[in-house]
Amino acid sequence: MKIEVLGTGCAKCKSLEAVVKEAIAKSGIFVQLEKVEDIMKIMEYQVVSTPALVIDGKVVSSGKVLSVDEVLALMKK
Amino acid sequence: MWKQSVDYLIYDLLKLEGHLGEAINFFIYDTFKIWFLLITIIFAVSYLRTHFNTEYVRAHLQGKSQLYGNVLAALFGIITPFCSCSAIPLFLGFIQARIPIGVTFSFLISSPMNNEIAIALLFGLFGWKVTAIYIGFGLLVAIVGGFVIGRLHMEKYVLMDVKPIEGELEAVKIKLTMQERATEAYNYTRDIFKEIYLYVLVGVGIGALIHGYIPADFIAEYAGAENSFAVLIAVLMGIPMYSNAAGVMPLVEVLTAKGMLLGTALSFMMAVTALSLPEALILKKILHIKLIATFFGIVGLGIITIGYLFNFIL
Repeated sequence: MKIEVLGTGCAKCKSLEAVVKEAIAKSGIFVQLEKVEDIMKIMEYQVVSTPALVIDGKVVSSGKVLSVDEVLALMKK
Repeated sequence: MWKQSVDYLIYDLLKLEGHLGEAINFFIYDTFKIWFLLITIIFAVSYLRTHFNTEYVRAHLQGKSQLYGNVLAALFGIITPFCSCSAIPLFLGFIQARIPIGVTFSFLISSPMNNEIAIALLFGLFGWKVTAIYIGFGLLVAIVGGFVIGRLHMEKYVLMDVKPIEGELEAVKIKLTMQERATEAYNYTRDIFKEIYLYVLVGVGIGALIHGYIPADFIAEYAGAENSFAVLIAVLMGIPMYSNAAGVMPLVEVLTAKGMLLGTALSFMMAVTALSLPEALILKKILHIKLIATFFGIVGLGIITIGYLFNFIL
């Protein structure tokens, strides 16, 4: 599984990254995590509000900081 | 009812009188009233908001004619959340969808100005009439400002080259159950409240001191009808205060009660929310300084005009 956190480096983006890390640790799944800060790459995902979360190339959330449980639920889908 | 309870507590039970009693009464009454309204209004707005997101707005604004696009963008600005950290993806994302920059600016002006915190505070402090005036004229500034910027043809001042996407974007509505929407709204309300409740406390506290101790003539002399530069100064002072809107607004209410004119107060509050220095600094990464200056200039001019207009009429 590959998870990407999209964000240009604002405070909210960092909180989402931390939440995702915690969720990964809890899930016990092997995950490749990437933080995408390049605005052009973020645009390619058609996202206009950051932070956004991408799982296996699919945008699953944008514009908000999720909770650990929410991220875990999204990972299971 | 709340008013009577506080009066009873302060004047009858604790037997506080004079300036001190008045200040404490004001402090307790206002703090709890505003906290209550903040929670209710933020919850309501964030519940509504679970139906739209910025991606949906973008798809919906696509291919709309100039003026209609400006109006629609300004209206969407009320309901969608805005964080200055999202300004860059938002701006570029709108260009990507071939939305004219004038329409994007209408959204960029309206969204922070009509944010739920400002609206809740205004409603709690000034009542629905002033809130309606604020929203109405805020929309007007956003629509006219965006339209004028669109007419100036400043596309060349966008420093990043964005390829427009092929075809039409689809406006996808978010599908959630009522329970999920309520949970999301609850979480959002809790997070925001945690961020601002202290600002409200401090703002109302300072307001209470002014309310109890500083005579009205003093404020009226500096911020009232006699000072014809009051609106201009208020707008300039409002620019660096964006993140403190929750603390600043209770002060404005007290100043207004003590003789500052309503137009001056309106201008100040609009400047606090619409003209944000951090947002300008973020946008500078992708926009030429000329475009940012035009944006600030037009919005500033609009806000100042509204201030003087109101001071003149009322």
